Amino acid sequence: MTTITTASRIPIDGPIETPWKLPYRGNVGMACLIIAESAIFIIFVVAYIYYIGKSLSGPTPAQVLELPILGTICLLSSSIFVHLAVSSLRKENYRGTTLHLGITVLLGTIFLATTAKEWYHLIHDEGLTIKTNLFGTTYYSLVGLHATHVVVGLIMLSLTLVLSLAGRVKEEHSEKLEVLSLYWHFVDAVWIVVFLVVYVLGR
Amino acid sequence: MTTTPVLEAVDETLETQGKPPLNVIYEWLTTVDHKKIGLMYICYALLFLVIGGFEAVLMRIQLAIPNNHFVSPQVFNQLFTMHGTTMVFFMGMPILFGMGNYLVPLMIGARDMAFPRLNAFSFWVSAFAGFLLYFSYIGGSGLYAAGSAPDVGWFAYAPLTSKVFSPGHSTDYWTLAVFLSGIGSIGTALNIVTTILCMRCKGMKMSRMPLLPWLYLVMSGLVFVAVSPLTAAQIMLTFDRYLGAHFFDTQAGGSAILWMHFFWIFGHPEVYVLVLPAFAFANEIIPVFSRKAMFGYPAMVAASVAIGFISLSVWAHHMFTAGLGPAGNTFFVFATMVISVPTGIKIFNWLATIWGGKIIFAVPMMFMVGFLFQFLIAGLTGIMLAAAPFNWQLSASYFVVAHFHYVLVGAIVFSLFGAFYYWYPKVTGKMMDETLGKWHFWLFLIGFHLTFDFMHIPGILGMPRRIYTYEDGRGWNTLNFIVGIGAIFQAVGTLILVYNMIRSYYKGKEAGHDPWDAWTLEWSVPSPPPSYNFAIEPTVNSRRPLWDLKHPEDPDTDYE
Repeated sequence: MTTITTASRIPIDGPIETPWKLPYRGNVGMACLIIAESAIFIIFVVAYIYYIGKSLSGPTPAQVLELPILGTICLLSSSIFVHLAVSSLRKENYRGTTLHLGITVLLGTIFLATTAKEWYHLIHDEGLTIKTNLFGTTYYSLVGLHATHVVVGLIMLSLTLVLSLAGRVKEEHSEKLEVLSLYWHFVDAVWIVVFLVVYVLGR
Repeated sequence: MTTTPVLEAVDETLETQGKPPLNVIYEWLTTVDHKKIGLMYICYALLFLVIGGFEAVLMRIQLAIPNNHFVSPQVFNQLFTMHGTTMVFFMGMPILFGMGNYLVPLMIGARDMAFPRLNAFSFWVSAFAGFLLYFSYIGGSGLYAAGSAPDVGWFAYAPLTSKVFSPGHSTDYWTLAVFLSGIGSIGTALNIVTTILCMRCKGMKMSRMPLLPWLYLVMSGLVFVAVSPLTAAQIMLTFDRYLGAHFFDTQAGGSAILWMHFFWIFGHPEVYVLVLPAFAFANEIIPVFSRKAMFGYPAMVAASVAIGFISLSVWAHHMFTAGLGPAGNTFFVFATMVISVPTGIKIFNWLATIWGGKIIFAVPMMFMVGFLFQFLIAGLTGIMLAAAPFNWQLSASYFVVAHFHYVLVGAIVFSLFGAFYYWYPKVTGKMMDETLGKWHFWLFLIGFHLTFDFMHIPGILGMPRRIYTYEDGRGWNTLNFIVGIGAIFQAVGTLILVYNMIRSYYKGKEAGHDPWDAWTLEWSVPSPPPSYNFAIEPTVNSRRPLWDLKHPEDPDTDYE
């Protein structure tokens, strides 16, 4: 006896004869991570919304915040390029993969630079820190949490870019690159929420 | 009845025989095998079960007689904080994750978890968190400026946790320990979901999967949405304490109620995170010892999923007295009442499974019967507390303590003990001693009822929880004394279990691969299972593959 075979007389009603196909574990794992991360972000967003206008002292968001248009455009369009990188890898267009990955990393870095510039401006010119008031507390926590995710994503994308430049990223890795791109899309989607809550609703 | 054909095993058991001890230790420290990690989880949780139980006994000695000076108020606060934190984060979650780690791949016919290295990482992070929590004791006053053990309660309500009320670093140890345990839990939950969805053997459709993996799937999903908020809240608390942020600082406009919300958004679903695996064990053990197929498989799955969803909308029944207003209270009363419907479905299905069965009262089944009755009573007091007006009278009294210990001990721990006796032969290849098991059962059952039945009454008589002592002449003396005796009974019962496990490992009789004549895949491999579980990946055609193998004349589809 080696396997548990059809010991019963029941006709097989399952897809056993056809190839037994289960979802790719990278995608499922990333989906789980995204659900857990979403829950974390929701708590921070709820705290932000709950504390809008409850600061006992200034400055207020309306006084100091400016819409980060450039950063937003860069981050959102980087999602398109990471998608293009995955599809060129599927077509075995390795130069395209490298190029699109490079553009993604560049756009992500520009976004991070705009956030850094904004924080520099707020801390040095406006005197707003995490200690100042509730707005400072919630603003730096929420935007900082998102920026941390951008940094993690950029590190992973840059590593992939280096491997791609060295010619190590091949067609068989496209599923794995797709998992990474899912993470990046998630970071972008969170930015839309953060943008709406902090810069539109909050002001 | 024919004997079950065994899958041909790779000729290696747990691979430890005849190797020098240093190599064995190295092997365990670096392992990524789901069975070894599961066992490490269970051993480390048992260690914390003994520690947490010891703390409980100390508390009950303090409360056994009025005006007692056995421990100081400060130490009493530390004891109930450490007892609660230990039992939830470092005993309950790890032991259930350990069982899941061990059983889920075996039951779905997989060779390992989906991400073995992540599995090892999650275990070591959780284990480190447990020792970090207790390091605050060793740190003591002054050394490493650790202050001493946390004393803010396991709920850590604001503003108790602010720098003003808890100076020193004891609260930081608590925060970090809970945060890291959360990271470990999310990692393991991710692994369990991925394993179940992506690693099932051929033919095991979701509708054919045993109920244990099903319930672990729901439980893991709940971990994502319940434990993550707690992790987020710990980040906020750390910002408050270290960076001077104001999330929970009422002096700067922050809100202490917000912490309560964030904590109980975790805290209530957490009960279901703990109780769903307990249901899972009952779902496997009750049918086997009633010699009947599980009654109402689809209803059981549906009820579990429903519990998972409804449990997300009941958290504020912990806050009826915090002043949410009538609309809020009404919603949470309603949601809390609704969750008793799927839970009731489960109880009726277990009863229907037992009904008319050939019941075998081995030790695992005895624990399951205890589980059924006690879970029912726990549900009834739960409905009492779900009514807001009643809750106002009894909030923060010993009635509440008695209620949730009825769930946590009467249901979860009983089910867990049953599971220990049931799967011990699979894990070690030896049977546990039945006589010692019965001693354990009866001592623990009597101790449990002495403790928690009598604990309801001082609550109704007005004894608040978390007080370190009380005056004479309030009618609480005798009751508290009985409760204290019950606690000692339970402690002795648990020590018998630990002794039984160690003794049976060396002296128990050989179990063979299928001592209970069971039906799920884990019983088709030798005990203990070899590395990579299955020499050849199995194919299944029904919910009870081993039944079909043993009874080809009576196939399982008749019961599906």
